[in-house]
Amino acid sequence: MSWEIVIGLEVHAQLSTNSKIFCGASTEFGAEPNTQADAVSLALPGVLPVLNKGAVERAIKFGLATGSHIAPRSVFARKNYFYPDLPKGYQISQFELPVVGQGALTIQVAPLSGNAKPYEKTVRITRAHLEEDAGKSLHGDFHGMTGIDLNRAGTPLLEIVSEPDMCSAAEAVAYAKALHTLVRWIGICDGNMQEGSFRCDVNVSVRKPGEPLGTRREIKNLNSFKFMQQAIDYEVQWQVDTIENGGKVQQATILFNPDTGETRAMRSKEDAHDYRYFPDPDLLPLEISPEWIEQMRATLPELPQTKQARYVNELGLSAYDASILTASREMADFFETVLAAVPKDAKICANWIMGELNAQLNRDGLDMTQCPISAQQLGSMLARIVDGTISNSGAKEVFRTMWADGGEVDAIIEAKGLKQVSDAGAIEKIVDEIMAANADKVTEYRSGKDKLFGFFVGQAMKASKGQANPAQLNEILKAKLAG
Amino acid sequence: MFESSLKQLGDALRAKKISSVELTQCYLDRMAQLNPQLNAFITINPEMSLAQAKAADARLAAGSADALTGIPIAQKDIFCAKDWLTTCGSKMLHNFVSPYDAHIISQFNNAGAINLGKTNMDEFAMGSSNETSYYGPVKNPWDTARVPGGSSGGTAAAVAARLCAAATGTDTGGSIRQPAALCGISGLKPTYGVCSRYGMIAFASSLDQAGPMGRSAEDLALMMNVMAGFDERDSTSLQRDKEDYTRDLNKPLTGLRIGLPKEFFAEGMGSDVAKAIEAAIAEYKKLGATIVDISLPNSKLSVPVYYVLAPAEASSNLSRFDGVRYGYRAPEYNDLADMYEKSRAQGFGAEVQRRIMIGTYVLSHGYYDAYYIKAQRIRRLIAQDFVEAYKHCDVIMGPTSPSTAFKLGEKGDDPVQMYLSDIYTIAVNLAGLPGMSIPCGFGDNDMPVGLQIIGNYFNEARMLNVAHQYQLATDWHSRAPKGI
Repeated sequence: MSWEIVIGLEVHAQLSTNSKIFCGASTEFGAEPNTQADAVSLALPGVLPVLNKGAVERAIKFGLATGSHIAPRSVFARKNYFYPDLPKGYQISQFELPVVGQGALTIQVAPLSGNAKPYEKTVRITRAHLEEDAGKSLHGDFHGMTGIDLNRAGTPLLEIVSEPDMCSAAEAVAYAKALHTLVRWIGICDGNMQEGSFRCDVNVSVRKPGEPLGTRREIKNLNSFKFMQQAIDYEVQWQVDTIENGGKVQQATILFNPDTGETRAMRSKEDAHDYRYFPDPDLLPLEISPEWIEQMRATLPELPQTKQARYVNELGLSAYDASILTASREMADFFETVLAAVPKDAKICANWIMGELNAQLNRDGLDMTQCPISAQQLGSMLARIVDGTISNSGAKEVFRTMWADGGEVDAIIEAKGLKQVSDAGAIEKIVDEIMAANADKVTEYRSGKDKLFGFFVGQAMKASKGQANPAQLNEILKAKLAG
Repeated sequence: MFESSLKQLGDALRAKKISSVELTQCYLDRMAQLNPQLNAFITINPEMSLAQAKAADARLAAGSADALTGIPIAQKDIFCAKDWLTTCGSKMLHNFVSPYDAHIISQFNNAGAINLGKTNMDEFAMGSSNETSYYGPVKNPWDTARVPGGSSGGTAAAVAARLCAAATGTDTGGSIRQPAALCGISGLKPTYGVCSRYGMIAFASSLDQAGPMGRSAEDLALMMNVMAGFDERDSTSLQRDKEDYTRDLNKPLTGLRIGLPKEFFAEGMGSDVAKAIEAAIAEYKKLGATIVDISLPNSKLSVPVYYVLAPAEASSNLSRFDGVRYGYRAPEYNDLADMYEKSRAQGFGAEVQRRIMIGTYVLSHGYYDAYYIKAQRIRRLIAQDFVEAYKHCDVIMGPTSPSTAFKLGEKGDDPVQMYLSDIYTIAVNLAGLPGMSIPCGFGDNDMPVGLQIIGNYFNEARMLNVAHQYQLATDWHSRAPKGI
């Protein structure tokens, strides 16, 4: 009997403000330790927090982008615990009344293995709340002591909590990727996972179908999608093995070790903190007016989901193509620029971007922003395919040339002699000549040997040095052979 | 000169009858002579004070002086002042030299006032007798065997003994008004949010408020002109137009409706205190006021509510004192947890530890609703009582403290008895209202009695008017302690 996997995610997205959430210190990554720790970051006696409006604006944008409830009044609370990199002895967060309430994100899931088809799934968002990040403890190099760097202390975070709606590593990764795309798309987070700007905690449990939820374990701080998938796969197997061997899963916080590919318990429920949450008396409740929400809505770009729907409904693309073309804002912008050159031929744009272009980017290890061919160049090239100037194989030649050496499409076509012959008279002449030269084959064809059609196409193409317009050639050849 | 009002001192300075350096030196000499008996100051730094005085003299000479330019003002040691040791009365901060100025300190610096020193206080403002200070108790100038009240006891003693022209205090549950009453001076706790809390070391953030302490209502008004005002660094600071708190001082009191809460005149108040308060009320009637009987039915709950909410906030506010970045760290420890435990056990005194434990308990899982949430609910009811009362009166009066100054050590073993000395003042903090105390006579031991005046929100100017008119008609406020 099989097991059902239940997964929920908590994602910490670092908001892209220049200054910290409760003071004016810079949030820039990589500065010398403690050079961005002002009086508030250091929690000197007497200092007070003042909320950064930019952080709230980003939370509102996220709420709008996920169709979530945006609380007209939310409350900052203190989460109390002692740790050397938590300078106040409490973290300012939101607890009972978060700024963003229930919403949802629709994702395209591409199964990680097998031949299963991509499918769509909606993951419910429970809430998203604003909070401050802690500093960093630096171990090593301090001769038995620990160094504290408070540059990161007070960096704004949006913690995005999902419902336990995902039932495979593939779904969890697809959701995390969609969220990652979205926060960058709407410009609230740079998404840099190496620098910790987008960190995922994954809650995993297993159960037999129809049974109540199993006990969950939380994998903390995953900073790559690959690790997320590995960690979930390992954890699921571990939980299943534990139960099948007669054991019980204990609620725990665990860490994933990418070197061994294993998860390991960090602390059990027994040593769980009592955080003694209470409303922070230093901060007034956060009030968000409908006007403020509308102002933020006006700044939002067209969202990936909206674009996907438009690509499917108006451009006739498949849902899968639409999701690939909206994987990032750069990708969608590129696609739309290419499309502008050949507005009626979305499919050919999609095929070239997802096929030749994507393959070449992968081969050269580049991302979209580093692409040597501009969207305008690709658009002009596709326009030449559509208007019949070049054939598909001719286009590939143009593409390779532009990739390697740059250049203007028409000039390359000219220089390389790639213009295809679309002059009906010229093609007819060629066809007449090869029919005359292969009279026996014509007779065979006419007596029913259809397969010889390919032979005539090949001969004609050869005669035209590959430049005959294939569609036109087919048409003429067919007519003449029919007699 | 030590009897001069702030206005007289300012006039003398501007008329060049005395320089700020001379005036500051006079006070420093008097402090050197009397502070050893009183222990009113934790830090005296003549060099820094005189440097400020010199700068003030330059400003006076340039003719750009403000009302308080050149006048020596003492600062409660709860306010961070750049380059000054700022201890908050605790061993925990015995070595903390502040790298920045509290908003209140900047305001006085901008006004050209002289920081004459940092006054002693109960540790982290937790106490009603000044006996919890790590730096030793302050003595009441009227009788050095008695307490000055707390937590702003150092300030109250310094003002009463004429060791400074005026001084600052802070009031979380009565810490300005009660010591003012016990030392025979005037003190005002403004409406919550009128004075910025930035740089004022937090005890209970939703209750803490800075205010002036001085020898007269007129002095308090001039101090308020410097202290009050919006500060964007404090999110609870209120954005209001600048006020001149002296503007109503001379208005007659005809038609003033004084509310007397029956709960304040029930059991608990000493008969000597009652007598002085009744005489003060009689004086107000002579000045044209009418008396209205009112009720504050929930005020009896204010002490228990306060001792849930204030420790809850304090337990969190004081978490930053962990020995990691500044302040006291135990000399020896085994690991991180041990460092926290030893540093905090050694750095905090007994009363602070008691309140941290109470606060931690009431916020704990399973107790939060029963204590914290319930106390918040009652807090709103207490505030509502005042809203109701002010439909019938303009100010509320009563005793500031149930007794006059008690003896050092008398209540040391009984925290609840100590907590009850703030029984009349706490409701005002819970409601966020302004309250003041002015001297109105003497009790059985010839110790001063304070009259509490509670105003409606933002009615500080009116309260100062009410106090000033009484001080024009009586001389309790100008009596000075003898024998020191």
